Parts: sequence; C-alpha cells; structure tokens
Amino acid sequence: MPIITYREALNQALREEMSRDDRVYLMGEEVGVYNGAYKVSKGLLEEFGENRVVDSPIAELGFAGIGVGSAMAGLRPVIEFMTWNFALLAIDQVVNSAAKMLYMSGGQFNVPIVFRGPNGAALQLGAQHSQAFESWLAHIPGIKVLSPGTPYDAKGLLKSAIRDDNPVVVLEGEMLYNTKGEVPDHEYLIPLGKADRKREGGDCSIITSGKMALVAMQVADQLAKEDIHVDVIDLLTIRPMDVEAIYESVRKTNRAVVLEEGWEICGIGAQVVDFIQRECFDDLDAPVIRVHQADVPMPYAKNLEKIAKPDAAKTIAAVKQVMYRS
Amino acid sequence: MASKKKTDAKGEARSVRTAGDPALDREMLQSMLLQRRFEEKTGEAYALGKVGGFCHLYIGQEAVSTGIISQLRPDDYVIGTYRDHGQALARGVAPRAVMAELFGRIDGCSRGKGGSMHMFDRHTNFLGGHGIVGSHVPLGAGVGFAIKYRGGDQVCVCFMGDSVVNIGAFHEALNMAALWKLPVLFVIENNRYGMGTSVERAAAVDDLSRRADGYKGMDGIVIDGMDVHSVREAAAKAIARARTESLPSLLEIRTYRFRGHSMSDAVSGTYRSKDELEEYQTMDPVFSLRDAMVIAGTLTVAEWEQMEKDVAATVQDAWDFADQSPEPPAGALYEDVLVDTTS
Repeated sequence: MPIITYREALNQALREEMSRDDRVYLMGEEVGVYNGAYKVSKGLLEEFGENRVVDSPIAELGFAGIGVGSAMAGLRPVIEFMTWNFALLAIDQVVNSAAKMLYMSGGQFNVPIVFRGPNGAALQLGAQHSQAFESWLAHIPGIKVLSPGTPYDAKGLLKSAIRDDNPVVVLEGEMLYNTKGEVPDHEYLIPLGKADRKREGGDCSIITSGKMALVAMQVADQLAKEDIHVDVIDLLTIRPMDVEAIYESVRKTNRAVVLEEGWEICGIGAQVVDFIQRECFDDLDAPVIRVHQADVPMPYAKNLEKIAKPDAAKTIAAVKQVMYRS
Repeated sequence: MASKKKTDAKGEARSVRTAGDPALDREMLQSMLLQRRFEEKTGEAYALGKVGGFCHLYIGQEAVSTGIISQLRPDDYVIGTYRDHGQALARGVAPRAVMAELFGRIDGCSRGKGGSMHMFDRHTNFLGGHGIVGSHVPLGAGVGFAIKYRGGDQVCVCFMGDSVVNIGAFHEALNMAALWKLPVLFVIENNRYGMGTSVERAAAVDDLSRRADGYKGMDGIVIDGMDVHSVREAAAKAIARARTESLPSLLEIRTYRFRGHSMSDAVSGTYRSKDELEEYQTMDPVFSLRDAMVIAGTLTVAEWEQMEKDVAATVQDAWDFADQSPEPPAGALYEDVLVDTTS
C-alpha cells in the first residue's frame, strides 16, 4: 500500500471529489496561486481552474458566508480556513447561518458545505495561533465535526464530508500535515459518526481523536512493553459521537482515560465522561481521568509550552493512575 | 403620466407617479396594500399573544419590496433581514403561509420553526429572513457566486437595513461581489434608524450610496423609497446590469417605517419626534399612489373600496387559516437538524 503524507491524502480527497462532482469548489486564502498555505491544495488550480479554486481576500466572515449562500443555491463549497484560529472571525456563519438554515427553514434549505483547516497547537506559535476548538464546534446542533489523525482517516473522512448534504467541519492537525501513513490506491470512504479502534487491549480504554490519537497509539505501544494493554478508541467524528464504541470498550476494560488537545472546562472529555457515567457506571473500576491542555492561553516559551500540552507521558501517568499502578 | 407633488422632510420636491399603465398601477397598489393590512393584522395578533418573540413590522416601507421584487423573474433569488413579512408577501409567498408561520403553526412557510424573523420558501427562491444584522449580506453574495459559477442569468436581491453598512460583513461581501463581478443587488432600505440610532449618529459617511465608491464597478444609486415606480425603474436598470453584465449594484432606497423598530418600542417620542413621523406619513407610499391614480382618473373611489375589501378578506382568511392550523407535533422537535442524505 502506498505511504503518503496527511497533506497528500487531503489533496487526493479534494482532487477526487472535484473530479467526481463539478458543483464542488474550493475557496479560501492562498488556496490557488500559492498552492495553499500548507500546500493541501497543491496543483488544484492548474487542474480545475480559477472558477473552482478561488483565492479569497483575507475576509473569513465574508467568504465563509459566500460559501453558505452558494450552498443554498446548489453548490457544494469546501471553505478552507488558514487556521481555525482565524475562523473565529467567521464563526457567525458556521453557527448562525450554516448550522441553523435547515432547521429554521423547516427543512427547506440544507447547506452542503465543508469548513476545513488546521486546528490545535503547533510549535511556539503563541496564544492566538495555538487553540483546539473541537468542543466549541461540537456544542452546536446542525453541524458535523470531524477530527482525523492519520492520512488514511483524513482522506476517507474528507471525501465523505464533501458528499454529505449537511455542514461538516473538518479539524485538521497543523502538526499532522507532514506525517505519513498507508493510504490505498483504490477509492474508499469512511462513514461519518463511526469511531475506529486504533489499538486493541483489555486493560484500559483511551478515548481520543485527531492528533491525540497518534499520542494514544504511542502510549499503547509503550505500555504494551509493560504488559499493559490499552484499547484506543479514535472517535474520528466528534459530532455525532459514536457512543456505542465508547461503551463497548469501557465495558470490556472497566477503566478509561479521555485524551484531548483542548482545554479542560466544558471540553470534549467532559462530555465523554458524562456518557460513560450514565451508561457504564457499574462497569467502572476507577474514576475516569482526563488529559488535556493546561487551563491557560498557550505560552510561547518552549519549556512552558511543553508543560501546557497534553502528551504521552501525561497520558501514561493517567492510565497507570486508573489502573492503580505506580 | 400623472403625478402628485409632495415635499419631503428636507424640503426637496418629490412626486409620486402613476406608471401610465392602469393595470400595472393597480398591481403595485394591491401588492403594497396587502402588506400594509397584513402587517396591521400582525400587530393585532401580537397584542393578543398569537404571535410571539421579536416581531418587526414593515409598515411604511412597502414600495421597496413591491418595487424591487415586481421586477424579478421567478427563478431569481431574494434574501433579506428579520423585517421580512412584506418581502415574503411581495415575492408571492401565500399570506396564509406567512401568517401561519407567525402563529408558529405547522402550515407556516417554515413549518413553524422559523417565526417572524425566518420566513423561507423554496418555491419562490425566498432564501430567508435572517436575524443577525449584516450576516446575510455575504450569503447574498454567495448566491450571486453560485449563479455565476453555473453560468446562469438570474440575479440575487439582498435586502438590508441602513445599520448594515457599518458592520464588517457588509464590506467583505461588497468587496468580493465587485471583485468577482457577482450579479447581486444590494438593497439598503434606509428607514433612517438602526433600531433607535439615526444614520447620522452611526455612519461616518451618512450618504450611504457613496459606500459603492469603494468597490470598482459597483453602481451606487439613491432612490425615493416612497414612490414605487421610482423603485421599479431603478430596480429594472440594476437588474439588467446584473443579468447581462454580471455586475453588482448598491441601491440606497430612502424610506421610513411608521411603526417602532419592533413590537416593544414606542412609535415616536424617544429617538424620533411625532412631527417627523407625521411628516413622513404624508408621503405614505400606498396612499400616495392611490391618490395619484385617482387624480389620473385610473382609480375610482368605488374601485379603491373594493380593493380594500378584497385585501381585508385575504388577510382575514390568512388569520383564520393560521388560527386553525395545528401546532407542530412534538416529534417535529428533532426533525430538520440534519438531513440523512449524501450526494
């Protein structure tokens, strides 16, 4: 099986879907002539032309709204945000326009749109460029929220997102674009709303998604050497969440750690813990522990940034804690 | 052409004309009168608690919706603000469906889930009443983008209030519409107040049509919004420009609302005077056209009375229909959040 980067996987997904359906177009800052701020759209302008690969001004609120309006009139836009930090300027269009349209029109106007771009912290980018917005977006009914961690997942999920008739948010990892993985030659789709078991184990569940799924796999591999076998549930889709996959895993392991990139308060982990206590209360042998970013804006200094981020060491400590090992 | 001379609040001579085409005049008068009487009835329903939430009446601004929308084709698009009842009616959404929506009933044009601020109708390409000031202006540009993308010759009309020119979404949308030559009419209904703040107190350039100067290729036009035929003529030119040359326009239509911003504020006495209101009421777009037609000899008093009767019957029918329409079933709560289809 070919091994390609996360960036190339997304590029393939865009290329394949734009070839398949001429209503699909890509719009955003630097997506065309510049080939994408992170080169995800490399070569697409040349292949599809400027009508379908549209360089926008720096105007997130405006071009996100243009995407929504065009979707109401029959197109299938893919709106690229250079980062989700900038997408805050456009959050009104995601929350008030895209997510509400079907409902407040009594089912008359669906909005088949994809909002995508890098999310989460990279390295020393400071407070305004290092934020993970999964929980903000997943809070909103009317949209789907995806968080792929591997090239395989990124391609299969983005293709499904583009074909979905609802607004779909794709949170890519800024640190993931260069990571590599196996992606088959043949076409495939990954269904939205289904989690993926990334490692099989009976001792403890780690429930996670996105970039943190890679951390969880490292943790599982490392702990296997100590004869601790972790079940890694990669949610892939944050909303709608595959709660059955969580329950199945926790009922097997009786212990769980929830690992996320974002902040603690009202985070994704808070919701996962709630699902677990509601449905798996009697299955638990220990309280569920959460691993997340420190409750501070991201510092610039390298040492402080490292302390602030969730990582493998913190996750290993959490797994050992729920297993009452030291 | 007959005309009825009037003077506006700034002392400028103005006149409300007939079209010289009695059938057309009658159609315009009928459309505006329906909106007027419908909105008066909406006010009554609100007072009785049959309509809830925020509710913004269109009374005084009827020449804008009728003048613009009467020039559109059925396959064109209309998008607007939360002050949307009049535009829905002018676009041909059934009065029954609009009233049922206001009553929060299943037969409403948005199945009772939208309410006063969110009228939608796919059959007439009526893309909604939107409740966040300025937010729908990029949506209107996006509809224009879709038209151009497909190589169509439709146009999109995007209605907005005067306060919209001060929010960022307005600039972003107009910039891209001009940059990409999108077939959109951006229609400012300048009723002089964003809620209770006058244009002069909110906009550093209060000659709003001049905002078009910032966008190459965009026409900026000022129109008398109390004269439906002035609105129609300007709309025809801007629509032709959009349809044949795919160029956007900014139309500043000077109008006035005769009621408060919403149902919860006084008609006058705080941010505007009773004198000012009364002065504008002498320019009433509905009655000005009626009077001009009477002077021109194309409308008799008996014909007017019949028109009033017919409109009253239509509005009462809408009320009765809405009153008898069922509330949405509880099961509807979880419907229409997402569709379960892919393409």
